[in-house]
Amino acid sequence: MTSPMPSAAPFQVAADPGAVPPAPTAPSQGGAGRSPGRLAWLRFRRDRTGVLSAWVVLFFFVAGLAAPLIAKLYGKDPYTTYGQNQSGLLNDFGFPIKPNGGISGDFWFGIEPQLGRDVFTLLLYGIRNSLLIATVTTLLVTLLGVAVGITAGYLGGRIDNLVGRIIDILLAFPSTLFFIAFWPVMISIFVSPEDNTPTWLIVVSLISVMTAFGWAPMARLLRGEVLALREREFVEAAKVTGASPARIIFKELLPNLWTPILIQGTLALPMYVTTEAALAFLGVGLQDPTPDWGVMIQRGSQVYQNDITYMLFPGLTMVIFVIAFNLLGDSVRDALDPKIRR
Amino acid sequence: MTITDPLLHVSGLTKHFPIRGGFPVKRTVGAVRAVDGLDFQVAEGESLGLVGESGCGKSTTGRLITRLLEPTAGRITYAGRDITHASRRQLAAVRPEIQMIFQDPYSSLNPRQTIGRIVAAPMEIHGINPAGGRERKVRELLETVGLNPEHYNRFPHEFSGGQRQRIGVARALTLSPKLIVADEPVSALDVSIQAQVVNLLQTLQKDLGIAFLFIAHDLAVVRHFSQRVAVMYLGRIVEIANRSDLYENPRHPYTRALLSAVPEVTDHARPRERILLTGDVPSPIDPPSGCRFRTRCWKATDQCATETPPLTRIDGNGTGHLAACHHPETARTTVAV
Repeated sequence: MTSPMPSAAPFQVAADPGAVPPAPTAPSQGGAGRSPGRLAWLRFRRDRTGVLSAWVVLFFFVAGLAAPLIAKLYGKDPYTTYGQNQSGLLNDFGFPIKPNGGISGDFWFGIEPQLGRDVFTLLLYGIRNSLLIATVTTLLVTLLGVAVGITAGYLGGRIDNLVGRIIDILLAFPSTLFFIAFWPVMISIFVSPEDNTPTWLIVVSLISVMTAFGWAPMARLLRGEVLALREREFVEAAKVTGASPARIIFKELLPNLWTPILIQGTLALPMYVTTEAALAFLGVGLQDPTPDWGVMIQRGSQVYQNDITYMLFPGLTMVIFVIAFNLLGDSVRDALDPKIRR
Repeated sequence: MTITDPLLHVSGLTKHFPIRGGFPVKRTVGAVRAVDGLDFQVAEGESLGLVGESGCGKSTTGRLITRLLEPTAGRITYAGRDITHASRRQLAAVRPEIQMIFQDPYSSLNPRQTIGRIVAAPMEIHGINPAGGRERKVRELLETVGLNPEHYNRFPHEFSGGQRQRIGVARALTLSPKLIVADEPVSALDVSIQAQVVNLLQTLQKDLGIAFLFIAHDLAVVRHFSQRVAVMYLGRIVEIANRSDLYENPRHPYTRALLSAVPEVTDHARPRERILLTGDVPSPIDPPSGCRFRTRCWKATDQCATETPPLTRIDGNGTGHLAACHHPETARTTVAV
């Protein structure tokens, strides 16, 4: 129970035996109690950094989701090469004529050097694609990690041992090097070198490779949590009443695992955004005509000496997004787990 | 008290926890003999107290009887049914009748569930729909254990230790059990609250006729609650007797030493007898041969090392007063203090 005054805290631990501990902020005496989840929500709402970063993160997701709508209202798309189609936008060397990367009323974030695409829609669609890949990867990693972790922790014994070794190997593996070395090989199995690789295949392969190497930390965390929870007496109490293993896992264990799952998930998503961007920068993953955060930064690094503005937008937005999401993750952790303080 | 048709019959109950070690191939290198051949009965409506110091196998016994642990050997018969190695499905019929109250009220309630859900869970698992609905039944139970039925929608963190233990009791009562294994139900509570909970359990035992296996290390609490008492030492029962026989006429030296260690408000004019045991409890991995208490017993002889004393009725004892000792204490009436 959180109290508005810190001085009241010691009294809540040892409440008097006969009576309900008086809840200073709960007027409904005898009514519904406040669940741990609700208390966490109340704690979170008081955390200004957390709320602010939540809004920033939400803004990015809305922008990504509504990218087609925004692009339509804005009247441009990320594929048309405006700079080459219209004269007076790019100079003879392929760089925007107007200062600051060609920012104008028509092109809010300027135009891309050489090809002359619109940076604003490019960035919107880039955010959209990056967030899609990162979100799906995070969901899959979480799902797989939770399933493996709970299985290993609950069953124990040989299975736990085996899973533990696999996790050790995966964590010791240089996964980025592996992506760079083997991703082209993997793609060449599906697509002959002469053909164009379809974008969906790139996205699916990227997600599956990142998932295959990403579930280990989540599984290890959950395994540990389950090992600790399994010995708690409320699990034994459920067993004494004859509860099935499925009931114990889903009704007794899982509700107590949402905290670590949520914390790990919120910290994993920005990591996958940066991983995906880093891979795209290194030429693994999405390729140029497809708008992507990492691809944009890669292009930006080629032209920044003449047009810094083009690198600024994808770079800054990504930094803002990752910082906001990490701060959000910290706030979620603080709200759910008030005992852990930085 | 004579035992006719016991509700729970335990014979030769044994639990050895294997110790695995070795490299590179792990193998069983030994065993912790937590419980090593227990025989006792619990009659219907009776309360059997199980006392002993830490690590003597009391809690393991409770967990074996509720089948949270798989016995290594021996037999557990409940109401004529052998449940020693019954599977979860085979146990389903017996589960409602054997319930358990746990030691730690802070870990025995799921922090994410409301009191209503916790107490109703046994009904949910067994698909029982009492007349008037589960919620009404839960509210009745909360009232029975002395809690406000309005607490139905509250969460465990909003309650004190004593209240939580009452919730644990309510959960154990949900399925109208015939036997409750209470594993140190009050040792985690304040003394003032201990009395409340023990009195609650006593009322329930009398009113509802529930048999108890009451595990505790507090002799005073056991004396207050149990009609019969068994004393355990290093995985074995050393003495079992009716309450008055055991407390007033202990025959096993260990029982006597244990009783003399009970803190009391002493009458300084008549200082009471105090037996100080030397040394530590031997390891249950490698218990002493013969009588397990011999390493700390002031009466030990060579016979104690070679022969394991059987748990039998010793001359001068009442019926049902069994002790496992080659050199029993003389009856208390003739003991020179």
